[in-house]
Amino acid sequence: MSFLKKSPWIIHYDGSSCNGCDIEVLACLTPMYDVERFGIINIGNPKHADVLIITGAVNSQNASVIKTIYHQMGDPKVVLAVGICAASGNFFRDCYNIKGGVDTVIPVDIYVPGCAARPEAIIDGVVAVLKLLEEKTKK
Amino acid sequence: MASRTIIPFGPQHPVLPEPIHLDLVIEDEKVIEAVPSFGFVHRGLELLVGKKDFHQMVYIAERICGICSMIHGMGICYGIEHIMKIDVPERAKYLRVIWSEMSRIHSHLLWLGLAADAAGYESLFMHCWRIREKLLEIIEATTGGRVIFGVCKVGGTRRDIANSDIHGILITLKDIEKDYQNISKVFRDDYTINHRFSNVGFLSKKDAFELGAVGPTLRASGVSVDMRKTGYSAYRHLEFEALTENSEDCYGRCMVRVREIFQSFNLIYQAAEKLPNGPVDIKVTGNPEGEYFTRLEQPRGEVVYYIKGNGTQNLERFRARTPTFANIGPLVRMLSGCDLADVPVIVLSIDPCISCAER
Repeated sequence: MSFLKKSPWIIHYDGSSCNGCDIEVLACLTPMYDVERFGIINIGNPKHADVLIITGAVNSQNASVIKTIYHQMGDPKVVLAVGICAASGNFFRDCYNIKGGVDTVIPVDIYVPGCAARPEAIIDGVVAVLKLLEEKTKK
Repeated sequence: MASRTIIPFGPQHPVLPEPIHLDLVIEDEKVIEAVPSFGFVHRGLELLVGKKDFHQMVYIAERICGICSMIHGMGICYGIEHIMKIDVPERAKYLRVIWSEMSRIHSHLLWLGLAADAAGYESLFMHCWRIREKLLEIIEATTGGRVIFGVCKVGGTRRDIANSDIHGILITLKDIEKDYQNISKVFRDDYTINHRFSNVGFLSKKDAFELGAVGPTLRASGVSVDMRKTGYSAYRHLEFEALTENSEDCYGRCMVRVREIFQSFNLIYQAAEKLPNGPVDIKVTGNPEGEYFTRLEQPRGEVVYYIKGNGTQNLERFRARTPTFANIGPLVRMLSGCDLADVPVIVLSIDPCISCAER
């Protein structure tokens, strides 16, 4: 499985984010930051993905979608919560429709801070994923 | 009669990063009906007025959407300032125009990139986003944020652009415009893009008007409506025309946005030239009491805010009708009768911003 170690493929799901973190995740893939040179590819199929990136808090409607995507992914897998909303819900946690951060639904491995999270921070999070993936592969 | 099939589209799908769900009723390869369903991004932030004071609501309004955040912040400030009869300094008005036009350019470039990707032009997508990054650098240097600006506050702006910096910013903007000029030619003249977008997602002038389309979707159907022409903030001192197209299809909507970017550059140049000296904010005392109805032009079209204050720190009611929500009706009309393969392009053509629509 050594080929998996350094090229994590990511799948991105927008929880109830305001779009700020989403476009920063996309900005990571474009020429300024260009994470594709490290073999990081954004794909739409959960079965192909190693890393699940979630932006935004969880509400009653999308909780089941997040669970479904998480269970469809093959092991080993890592969940990355990008932005303050995904970590704790930000001020949205006072809203009637918000359950809280992503960790209320699925286990989260790494939290990336920021509102909106900067591309550098997101890349830093993905780098931390590499180590974690390696450990999980050994198990 | 061929049998009917229902294809679910979304919420997690490859067209947009955002979740939207459509049930597409198809007969052979033709879409007969599209039934949208919502709620994946719904947060209910309008009800936070009871928990946060009106200064904090500006922070919250900016997070309705990360792409149009500047104008959301400006909209709520504009409404509260009208209720409290605050006279905003002229310099702040011009700065707000400069930043909102920058946000319009970055939003349209983002859309053009996604449109290029939908047409199969990956490198064009990369080029659009490369240019956008240059603009984000200016935005970051002047406001401190890349996507969420956070510069508007009740009574003016939080930050100022030094007069000595304006010259450098204009030089960089002219470079970006030159770069963009080359890319706009591809959207204008390329055979494949023409073929992919022309006569797709037809929306007649009558339908667009009656279904209440807004922004580029409306203007591409030949109706000249642009809220900036009402002259809010400093727009009354600037010269520009509402840009329209008559092709009534996806190509027209693309062209309106391509041309609006040049218009926005021009507006920034005009505003920078006329930028008056003076303070950028005034002290605000007291609480808002009364109601106001604000109408501004977002990159995606007309946005409406209803703001009601009752003399306390908390507003009594805050309501936003965002452009994407108004464009969903026209979108459903465009989708009925189209080919299944055209669905992604048509959904994209209204520039959907789901987090705006659901708040």
